[in-house]
Amino acid sequence: MNIDSAAIERTVHAAVTRTKHEAGPLLEILHAVQNELGCVPAAAVTLIADSLNLSRAEVHGVVSFYHHFREQPAGSCVVKLCRAEACQAMNGDALASFATRHLGVEFGATRADGAVTLENVYCLGNCACAPSMTINGQLYGRANPKLLEELVSAVENA
Amino acid sequence: MSSGAAVTVYIPGDSSAISIGAHGVASQLELECRQRGRALRIIRNGSRGLYWLEPLLEVMTPAGRIAYGPVTKSDVASLIDAGMLEGAPHALCLGNIAEHPWLRSQQRLTGARLGVIDPTDIDDYVAHGGYAALSTALTMPPADIVRIVTDSGLRGRGGAAFPTGIKWQTVHDQQAAQKYIACNADEGDSGTFSDRMIMEGDPFALIEGMTIAGLAVGATQGYIYLRVEYPHAARALARALGIARERGYLGPDIRESGRSFDIAIRIGAGAYICGEETSMLESLEGRRGEVRVRPPLPAIKGLFGQPTVVNNVITLATVPVILARGAQFYRDFGVGKSRGTIPLQLAGNVKRGGLIERAFGLTVNELVYDYGGGSASGRPVRTVQIGGPLGAYLPESEFDTPLEYEALTAKNALLGHGGVVVFDDTVDMAHMARYALEFCAIESCGKCTPCRIGSTRGVELMDRLIAGRSGPSGEQRAELGLLDELCDTMLAGSLCGLGGMTPFPVRSAFRHFPEDFR
Repeated sequence: MNIDSAAIERTVHAAVTRTKHEAGPLLEILHAVQNELGCVPAAAVTLIADSLNLSRAEVHGVVSFYHHFREQPAGSCVVKLCRAEACQAMNGDALASFATRHLGVEFGATRADGAVTLENVYCLGNCACAPSMTINGQLYGRANPKLLEELVSAVENA
Repeated sequence: MSSGAAVTVYIPGDSSAISIGAHGVASQLELECRQRGRALRIIRNGSRGLYWLEPLLEVMTPAGRIAYGPVTKSDVASLIDAGMLEGAPHALCLGNIAEHPWLRSQQRLTGARLGVIDPTDIDDYVAHGGYAALSTALTMPPADIVRIVTDSGLRGRGGAAFPTGIKWQTVHDQQAAQKYIACNADEGDSGTFSDRMIMEGDPFALIEGMTIAGLAVGATQGYIYLRVEYPHAARALARALGIARERGYLGPDIRESGRSFDIAIRIGAGAYICGEETSMLESLEGRRGEVRVRPPLPAIKGLFGQPTVVNNVITLATVPVILARGAQFYRDFGVGKSRGTIPLQLAGNVKRGGLIERAFGLTVNELVYDYGGGSASGRPVRTVQIGGPLGAYLPESEFDTPLEYEALTAKNALLGHGGVVVFDDTVDMAHMARYALEFCAIESCGKCTPCRIGSTRGVELMDRLIAGRSGPSGEQRAELGLLDELCDTMLAGSLCGLGGMTPFPVRSAFRHFPEDFR
């Protein structure tokens, strides 16, 4: 998937302008870019580096440090499963194996058809209602294979 | 047309409650009431923390707030038919929520308003004691505010348990053109959610606490470093900050006192290490969240090189009640050097999970069985992990340990941020030890070798150990010896708690459950 370079320029410019009076604005700019474009493409890294008088390596170093930032667009349905202890204690690992089987994709990957991305997440703060997951940013507790199946197919059919 | 006086119904707008259907219940209730011509007012409160009963709905009646739960969308019609809007009995009726034994036995100081007030209504906050402390603080010399916090015995609730007053005193004593209050809202420990509950359910308490901290140390700018996994809390905080500003509780002239303080939210990006205070400061400055070498302490040279108070959400949200009711009132709760109350978070494989705020000293047994009711699966409880992914596992034989800092230290364990995760007897402790090392490898910032390399070597070692179980005992002994040495290296040689504390879950798993490693 290619993102239009004019859109990248516009987005970076807007984010840099909006945060120019703030100290240490890089993370905020990266959030703004990813919220708008779905990822932080390489072309954006160059533009951000130029605007902040940083090297490309410095900006890339920040993008790659944080699990949240992605350099490639995600699938149209992003499933994040909590893999931390409280969810493990409530059969989270079984739910995770079901997810890879049912969705046909490994953790940390996007399915070849671009429809589904499956990711690990470590704690959603929903530990008393474990296991937890998010689907396109929406949080679900007391998750189970049936719920996962229903919610993903609802997104796919939407 | 709606008829009669509107009935007030509380349905939590807390993200956990929403994750199990609270929005659906709210919209169903609206629909049913509209169809029946009943006037209705829904307030989206925070959660009281009785999560096994969520979505928990409360109807305001002359006899108090009558609760029903757990309510699903499909229960709503039958509840209304049974007279729920008048507080009538029903199979799901829990009676007056304030009288619920699970709540009544608690000592809610920090979380007193959770689930009680409307978190979007600053007048409701004030009506429940909010901003009384700030009014007092505005009339006090800064050093007196610091002294009250010191005298209260409050220690940092993020996990390190450093005396808050001493930290504040250090920042207070610095001469600097700019000082900061940095609130650590990067609540990443599995099994913890009390910060989230406060931010969603009583955000003004955090704002008030930060403002008082600013007055005490001479800081005019605050930052809340909030994890990206908490978008709902981000919205709740942003809304509350806007209201506080509008009403003059934040800004250049707080309540016409001539004093200035404001707060900005900064969103993290999914890095557990950014809950470590120096890594958080790096991240706030827009860099990779790599830990800083101390000294200098953040209190002397913190955010943007300026003196900075770094405190957890719960620590800051506890400041108002201390100022409002006095240091002595607060320190009268608790035991030994653990003064006040601790919001414990009970989670994982447990029947009745949620928020239990009590004076320090409740035992693990009381927490897991009296409050928790044992495992959710109905199987025997085998262990609890206390204090997040860097916390130790405790076997049932040590469940008589009181939950307070010193007693846990004596057991080679820690309280951390107060999360307790319950596991039943199906847990494989070698697997949990491996997970602790794997988590460290995933989240290591990479700055120091014991953590960066040690965690990965540890995962490989655990893989060999797990594959070799029930194999020749000599080889297993050699691997275990290596694991022990690796733990020593990580413990002594890491720059921060991530590498330095990963040995806690690993060693406790082996010490208490050696049979899982053979």
